[in-house]
Amino acid sequence: MKNSIIESIEKIGWPRIIIGLFLASMFVIAPFVGVSVGTSISDVLVRFTFNGVLVLSLLPMVKSGCGLNFGLQLGIISGLLGAVTSIEIGITGFLGFLIAIGVSIPFAILFGIIYGLLLNRVKGDEMVVATYVGFSVVSFMNMMWLLLPYKSPDMIWGYGGTGLRTTISVEKYWFHVLNDFLSFEIGGVYVPTGGFLFFALMCLIVWIFFKSKTGTAMTATGSNPVYASSSGVNVNKMRLVSVIISSIIAAIGILVYEQGFGFIQLYMAPLYMAFPAIAALLLGGASVGKATIANVIIGTFLFQGILTMTPSVINNIIKSDMSETIRIIVSNGMIVYALTRRKKARG
Amino acid sequence: MSMSNSEKVKKFLINNTVPILFVVLLFFAIPLSGFSPEYLANEMITRLGRNSFLVLALLIPVMAGMGMNFGIVLGAMAGEIGLIFITDWGVVGINGVFLAMIISTPIAIILGFVAGLILNAAKGREMVTGFMLGFFMNGVYQLFVLYGMGNIIPINNPKILLPRGYGIRNAIDLVNIRQAFDSFIKLKIGDISIPVFSFIIIAILCIFIVWFRKTKLGQDMRAVGQDNDIAAASGIAVKRTRILSIVISTVLACYGQIIFLQNIGTMNTYNSHEQVGTFAVAAILIGGASVAKANISNVFIGVVLFHMTFIVSPRAGKELVGQAQIGEHFRVFVSYAVIAISLALYAWRRQAAKNREIKAVLDEQNEAIENRGGSQ
Repeated sequence: MKNSIIESIEKIGWPRIIIGLFLASMFVIAPFVGVSVGTSISDVLVRFTFNGVLVLSLLPMVKSGCGLNFGLQLGIISGLLGAVTSIEIGITGFLGFLIAIGVSIPFAILFGIIYGLLLNRVKGDEMVVATYVGFSVVSFMNMMWLLLPYKSPDMIWGYGGTGLRTTISVEKYWFHVLNDFLSFEIGGVYVPTGGFLFFALMCLIVWIFFKSKTGTAMTATGSNPVYASSSGVNVNKMRLVSVIISSIIAAIGILVYEQGFGFIQLYMAPLYMAFPAIAALLLGGASVGKATIANVIIGTFLFQGILTMTPSVINNIIKSDMSETIRIIVSNGMIVYALTRRKKARG
Repeated sequence: MSMSNSEKVKKFLINNTVPILFVVLLFFAIPLSGFSPEYLANEMITRLGRNSFLVLALLIPVMAGMGMNFGIVLGAMAGEIGLIFITDWGVVGINGVFLAMIISTPIAIILGFVAGLILNAAKGREMVTGFMLGFFMNGVYQLFVLYGMGNIIPINNPKILLPRGYGIRNAIDLVNIRQAFDSFIKLKIGDISIPVFSFIIIAILCIFIVWFRKTKLGQDMRAVGQDNDIAAASGIAVKRTRILSIVISTVLACYGQIIFLQNIGTMNTYNSHEQVGTFAVAAILIGGASVAKANISNVFIGVVLFHMTFIVSPRAGKELVGQAQIGEHFRVFVSYAVIAISLALYAWRRQAAKNREIKAVLDEQNEAIENRGGSQ
């Protein structure tokens, strides 16, 4: 009996249990400290739809054995290029959003190829190299945002300044195009149906892909590269494809984030964006070498739940904002924990 | 084995690609910036005194084969905690600096020990783990300093406490110990002032490192760095040795941060340590070090080249494209890119060497099979 409890705890994983209980207790305490549960649930749902696709983008690379994508910023930068180009063109609504996606995909493919070729040459050290490649690209783009010839007055610095602003509002363009689609309210809870549908669609595409021949080969590459190679799979090619797919999904992911959040954030904003996404995936039960779509969904929900609930509940209890500190400890602690786990799942 | 001169030159160029690139870059950027030689010399001497100690803290983990210790951020935090206490108590001058070092040493030892344990568990990916550990401990540091101090830990000086009664302010004026080391022994040559005492401390550390390499522990570390299995087979406690290398590095980084901050004179309580790891690693790599090999000369060459780039690039950027901001972004880009490129090149070379090894073994086997086939 005792063993079976310990076994099931091991199976679910300590971090998930602790965070799950913490989140549940937050929801229990919320009404007593004057925080509306309905609003809180709405916030969690909305934030889930912002961030889900970004977390999903990590999946292909974990599956192919490239590890956690600490260079998520490359995909994000492609998305940002799509976003500012779409606004420059000036088409509003869903079409504008599609244009942003359309423009960002070629960039994501290009960056993905270069990044993937690099990662194939640094096997075993992918994560630390990727971290600094991501940082380099973000800081390189800092210069580009100033120099690229964008002209739309909604985006450039006012008073005859040159270069793009640090934050650009998408309010006039494609704000909430996904989230407001078929959205409804039930018992004080706002449900962003469109956001969920889009996320579900992306998950479905990824799921179907991993059922395909290429997808199966990719999974084989990740779980045992030597075996995959001897059964005729081109390991390097599979890894490259996974990096490209990850970058494309990340580009779409940041666009989904922006349509929900309402702003395009340039310059240093994307610098640390890889960490929360990685933490969410790990919180969902993934490890450095293994991840599933269920991990993505559970992880995003738990992580966004914590981010939403701690500021409102904790602030009301101790009258000071500890949420930022808690966020830093939870997300980075989760990543450190995952990095110290041995690769048991191999073979 | 004798090498011809051209081979020697080629080898030198390959081994020192990064520093040479920076020398070339500076060759163009310094005249563009228009700074006077006196100004640059002054800045360089200040920055050597300020930063070298921190960068030297990276050397010992490299010896033990643990790569660049991004976890020196932990040591920096320990040093800052010491500085908060002495500022609270109002200890002045060089005594204050030494007291800060004494207070923060046990904290740095504990943090280094914990970091060592974690890095042992994450063998093979020490660098990314150390890097993430810095971020994680930053959260713990915030919890301690922003919520614990003045609350659980007694802090009484209202100048450093937040108005709400607990938690330390964003910026602390280190007026009590400002440049206490630098101006302890003053020397001025022309317009150039030299922080003699800081350089003496740095020299002592260099001597310590040279001596340390020859001790039993130093030898053990090098053996561990060469090959874990062989080291273990020859009776070296591999895990313990690795932990010790991180403890030493963390304690040195703690002193390094104190020396750094006494020179700067103000402390950003929650940001001063953030970039310590990145900047120190960038500097030593620019100085020609690699993940597996770093020595004292890499530290000084690196600090000079890295900080020269830092000083001149905003002005050079302004002259070149009319925007100082471009130069600012450029120097941030340079520090990240240099780390990315150096780490990638190292991993690349290692992978290529491994592939060659595997191929050699396979060839040998094939040959053996063929020979056997021939004899039958």
